[in-house]
Amino acid sequence: MKTFLKILSYGGLILTILPPLLVLSGRMELETHYHWTLAGTVLWFATAPFWIDRKKKAEG
Amino acid sequence: MKLEKFKSNLDSIEEYESQPVPASKLKGWKSFLGMYAGEHTAGTEFVIGPLFVVHGVTAVDLVTGLLVGNLLAVLSWAFLCAPIATGTRLTLYNKLEKICGRNLTRIYNLVNGIMFCFLAGSMIAVSATAVGIPFGIEMPGLGDWFPSSVGWIVAVFAVGLVITVVAVLGYDQIARFSNIAAPWMILIFFGAGLAVLPELGVNSFADFWRVANEKIWVGATAENVSRFSFWHVMFFSWFANMAMHIGMSDMSILRYAKKWQHGFASAAGVYLGHFFAWMAAGILYAVVLVQIVPPGMTLAGYLPTIGSDQMPSVAPGPLATYAIGISGALCVIVAGWTTANPTIYRAGLAIQAMIPRVKRWKVTLAVGLFTTVAACFPALVMKLLDFVALYGLILMPMGAVIFMDYHLFPKLRLSTDYAEQQNSSFNWAAGLTWFITLVAAVALNIFAGVEIFFLGLPGWFLAAALYVIFSKLLQKKSSIQPAVRTI
Repeated sequence: MKTFLKILSYGGLILTILPPLLVLSGRMELETHYHWTLAGTVLWFATAPFWIDRKKKAEG
Repeated sequence: MKLEKFKSNLDSIEEYESQPVPASKLKGWKSFLGMYAGEHTAGTEFVIGPLFVVHGVTAVDLVTGLLVGNLLAVLSWAFLCAPIATGTRLTLYNKLEKICGRNLTRIYNLVNGIMFCFLAGSMIAVSATAVGIPFGIEMPGLGDWFPSSVGWIVAVFAVGLVITVVAVLGYDQIARFSNIAAPWMILIFFGAGLAVLPELGVNSFADFWRVANEKIWVGATAENVSRFSFWHVMFFSWFANMAMHIGMSDMSILRYAKKWQHGFASAAGVYLGHFFAWMAAGILYAVVLVQIVPPGMTLAGYLPTIGSDQMPSVAPGPLATYAIGISGALCVIVAGWTTANPTIYRAGLAIQAMIPRVKRWKVTLAVGLFTTVAACFPALVMKLLDFVALYGLILMPMGAVIFMDYHLFPKLRLSTDYAEQQNSSFNWAAGLTWFITLVAAVALNIFAGVEIFFLGLPGWFLAAALYVIFSKLLQKKSSIQPAVRTI
């Protein structure tokens, strides 16, 4: 489960940085990249809190 | 009933305000990596980045100045602050009380707490510029000293409340919040800068340096705006966090580090935040700036013909939203949070050290509310560049006092932790050092015209020398025995 969440999280980060690179290379419109980066943002924050620093929290 | 349980949970949070951090609570380097990356990739970078553009830095001065200045900052954290933090495991305030005595430390803590409140306030205000976007709230401009609308005040209070709650929950929650936000936030900063480059005429990395010189960091300023050189950039990036490294405030954070080498984790913060993020924010502002240049004129040719009041506003929220959409606005909000959280936490520790009977969480709550009120005044944001240098300068002399006391006094056969050993409430050697250093710095600024960015370095050495001289005089008078170092 944790591995699956991590894959989704890293997918979110890729979705955050790839669209701006595509805009820079002229392969994507600015408006379109707004939506993709937002999807990446949602994916990251929906999954990362479930595996980052979880061990510490359980201990504490 | 639930409120009582929550209150009792808060009461049980142990932050080791007045005792060394126990070995079981020490943290590895990853914790500090996230913390520093989160704290120094902040909402305020959206303000500082554009200000370098406004002050007419050239591209080469900016890049070289940031590389050198940030390296010096990392070395200051790693070699000056971290060894003392891990050697004592105490907060700055606790260590100062041992050296300076209760009364002098109280004065210092009050000044320190207030300075951190205002710094955190500026971060809250930066976040609020993004909260206002979906609601169409009128944003304050460069010249506004007072709140521009009721909506602005509501946005500031909404942001301030969240930040205060996280700070109240203690260091573990602050570190966790930063660790979650940092990777995404850094990519958003990069992405925002990259996405608007085509509007400046950059379509590949090969175009970047030419455009950087022609349209971003052009080496020209509007009328009556001071022009920054390599030295300004270097000293600014070195001393942007002067209070935290050579001023020793980060003892409060680094006392949790397993090894002093974790101080090098600050590199993650400064090179991502104070190098790439400042550059990215400068690029965003340049996109707005080039739009006011008349056809047929270059930016470098046009800027000297206008006044500073004709420059576009530096409102981070709208800038980031234009570049990367809603994610940009969220990034400004989150970046403000991740920086203001530890800053309010530090301020809470500083004030709590003055009133140790009151629980830390209650003090932090009060500090957070005061900070939120301060954040309603946009001048905090607009004057940030000057303020960052000023607050560091005020707190720095006590960092020199701690450094000399810890490292040099045993070698000079002078007693360390003088106040604790003599049961003194006011160490005059430290008090005079602080006062004279500040007077000398102000005199250099006013009468010799030395800019505030350059005063940290001579100020630190002056404070170090004065503290040794005054301590020799003081300890000769009280004829105490050189002591074994205590923690």
